[in-house]
Amino acid sequence: MTNIQNMKPVKKTYNRRSFLKSSALSGGGFLLSIGWLSSGQRSAFKSTDNQTITNLPSNWNELNGFIKITADNVIKIMSPNPEGGQGVKTSMPMIVAEELDVNWKNVIVEQADLDTKHFTRQFIGGSQAIHQGWKPLRTAGATARQMLREAAATQWQVPVDEVSTELGILYHKKSGKSAKYGEMASAASRIPIPKEVKLKDVKDFKIIGKSKSNVDIEKIVTGKPLFGIDTQKEGMLIAMIIHPPAMGLKFKAIQNEDVVKKMKGIKDVFPIKIFNEGYEKTFFDTLNFNEVVAVVGNSTWEVMKAKKALKIDWEPIQSSTENRNMLGRKLTVKIPSGLESSTEHTEKLAEMLKKPLNVLRKDGDPETAFKNATKIIERTYTGPFLAHNCMEPMNFYAYVTDEKAELAGPLQKPEFTEQALSARLGMPLDKIDIQITRLGGGFGKRSYAHWLLEAALISQKVKAPVKLIYSREDDMTSGIYRPAYSATYRAALDANNDLIGFHVKAVGIPESPLFPNRFPAGAVDNYLAEDFTIDSNITVGSYRAPRSNFIAAAEQSFLDEVAEATGKDPIEFRLDLLKKAKEKPVGKTNDYDPARYAGVLELVREKSGWEQAKTTRKLGVSAYYCHDSYAAHVLDIEVKNGEPIVKNVCCAIDCGIVVNPDTAKNMAEGAVIDGIGVALFGKMTFTKGVPDKNNFHTYRMIRMNEAPKKIDVHFVQNNIDPSGMGEPAYPPVFGALANALYKATGKRFYQQPFMDFMG
Amino acid sequence: MAKYNLKINGKIRKVDIDPSTPMLWVLRDHLDMPGTKYGCGMAQCGACTVHLDGTAVRSCSLPVSAIGKGAITTIEGLSENGTHPVQKAWIEHDVAQCGYCQSGQIMSAVALLKENPKPTDADIDNAMSGNICRCGTYLRIKEAIKTASKN
Ligand code: FES
Ligand code: FES
Repeated sequence: MTNIQNMKPVKKTYNRRSFLKSSALSGGGFLLSIGWLSSGQRSAFKSTDNQTITNLPSNWNELNGFIKITADNVIKIMSPNPEGGQGVKTSMPMIVAEELDVNWKNVIVEQADLDTKHFTRQFIGGSQAIHQGWKPLRTAGATARQMLREAAATQWQVPVDEVSTELGILYHKKSGKSAKYGEMASAASRIPIPKEVKLKDVKDFKIIGKSKSNVDIEKIVTGKPLFGIDTQKEGMLIAMIIHPPAMGLKFKAIQNEDVVKKMKGIKDVFPIKIFNEGYEKTFFDTLNFNEVVAVVGNSTWEVMKAKKALKIDWEPIQSSTENRNMLGRKLTVKIPSGLESSTEHTEKLAEMLKKPLNVLRKDGDPETAFKNATKIIERTYTGPFLAHNCMEPMNFYAYVTDEKAELAGPLQKPEFTEQALSARLGMPLDKIDIQITRLGGGFGKRSYAHWLLEAALISQKVKAPVKLIYSREDDMTSGIYRPAYSATYRAALDANNDLIGFHVKAVGIPESPLFPNRFPAGAVDNYLAEDFTIDSNITVGSYRAPRSNFIAAAEQSFLDEVAEATGKDPIEFRLDLLKKAKEKPVGKTNDYDPARYAGVLELVREKSGWEQAKTTRKLGVSAYYCHDSYAAHVLDIEVKNGEPIVKNVCCAIDCGIVVNPDTAKNMAEGAVIDGIGVALFGKMTFTKGVPDKNNFHTYRMIRMNEAPKKIDVHFVQNNIDPSGMGEPAYPPVFGALANALYKATGKRFYQQPFMDFMG
Repeated sequence: MAKYNLKINGKIRKVDIDPSTPMLWVLRDHLDMPGTKYGCGMAQCGACTVHLDGTAVRSCSLPVSAIGKGAITTIEGLSENGTHPVQKAWIEHDVAQCGYCQSGQIMSAVALLKENPKPTDADIDNAMSGNICRCGTYLRIKEAIKTASKN
């Protein structure tokens, strides 16, 4: 972690892409922006995002990809990353505005389209937007401010060092001259990009660290069309798809297309193949049903009715292999044939856990430690497949012609998707235009985008603009789940109740949940971590805090039980291990910082009143590190009529500098509520390949009456560069709940969802 | 197909449409009013909540033929620019994360406060538990309802 307390010149090394370049001059001195507000070049493609700001000027001076200023001082900051509720459309521009030194009230924020020339890493994932954007965003703001100062210095004929700024105004104190940024913006945009800029000292921050409301909140509460599903275009048709009813089946033939095509409002019915044969799939390309049937018509209801009337034959898939290029790592994935059921999955997981698996990490001599132990504790944990259930079902708008492809919709990784689409259509990237809309939830699901490819292929076939919508049932039953996992933990205690050996074995269908270098690795002399994956034709994908969302639950429940066996307080027990990891770390690679980890535990102990309350209330604690941030929770619960009631949750979080505190708090509250809901109710099961749940009447989601009564969120105060908040507060919720449930019921909860075992 | 004169947000809107079409899709596809959201299509999530004569109803499960002379209010009809007390409370508490469920949440909340201007926590839980928020903004929704109930 870098400490930014000292105000050091920052070398601009972000030149992989030219996002800091101001645009070339086009004649008269004003530069046109790249965005759609500038009209002209891209007028046919109007965003749903700018409905209420149509009166804005169109002549922007673009200081760099992030910042545009008009002569009459309207300041616009582009937000590069997709917004799915994690608040980046507010917090990323806040970071730019801080260094630009403007009044936040006067800033307009606009979502940037996918624009690989101006921006890097335009995606949501891994809670990295703020972490990785921190320096580039600050540098973008500081560079523009420096250019404005230089422009003023030239015009006023004074040394640049004497030009200061405050809230969007340039000053030369000695002569009493001043000018608004807008007055200097045109001149500034012609100034060469400075080689070095100074970033502010943390103590001088005026915007970062002060809560700002979500820049879209007014549009949200008035129902403005912000989301992909709200896209409306002239001549647009509605499309839906029908996918095989079971994993392990594929499309064979349509029986009654003639009848369905004649139905009112229906334009066409046809099968589409999503990826070409032999295409080498990359990280975010899915292994989902490659052939589906498209139904296209005038309106959603007509298409829904036609879907019901369609009769389609399906046939079993054959076993196959897929070659994948996972961000440079080549991989061959086996896809078995057959109609899988959850009962078999459970048996397979249990069976594998009995065998020796792939060793990912070994410290010391775990075998001997377990042989010499006076007490061995062994427990097995399981977590089912989970559906993401974003509130906005999957959808995408596409208009593909021979010349170009225009797309709009909610998407976490547009840059990757654009490449997949380019390969599928055989169309160069510069002919593809993807507009990023607000996401009605992502949670990892929108990292994938076969629905975008489907929309594009449907549009190409019907030669018209098309909005593809998945019904809730399609969304829930078409694949891409959190994998199913199981893990067995063993702890060896000696006669003094010291933890002398630790062993974790983890299995996943079809991906492993294990992080071998995370706590308690590094804190135990004899440590062994093994894993294995079981092939399956159930398709999976990232799900909020991938892998951590299960392994944290298992590990933190297990540590609670081990602490109890040693007779120690569960927080004290963890702190002792962290002390050892700090003072005498075992092994070379330990992924976490023991001091920061201990910091959140100490903070949650203090703020929850743990010491006083632990004997009288039913408290459960858990802490976890992932995605560069640390989080610890204490849950205070009671059980009434077999239903757990979470009375109070205390969260302690270390994500470095907190950019937008109220939004960070909202994220933690959301993670806690989501975590409690998924731990209690979340599961997707299969019977002969068919998903057993297809809508919210069977897939139980947490509702207001089941949410905690109160959530207090506390942040560790430090000046460490910020890290993300989208995921880190989520994984520790599960263990804290399991541990609190144990206090309330006397029963340990090893299998999710816990409600199935409350009985 | 059948012709309907629908009273929506105080205006008469004419549609010529399949009588079984749910109000949700009439609003979204035919009247260009996308504020009312699709979440489940089976009265399970509340994303599509509108008012029929002041009562909260799930528009996904309400065929256009059932509206008759009833007056529909949608999120677009609450106020021009977010000045309804419930919308103001939502802004004050910065309730939204992704925001997708929030039109439905607001419509349920407005209907609740009309019936019961000073709801208890239990009343709020009861009235709002038909609305799912996948992002987990329930506590802020509750606080916003309490703030609005004071105004
Ligand atoms: S869409 Fe109507 S209740 Fe879910
Ligand atoms: S704010 Fe995202 S579903 Fe409620």
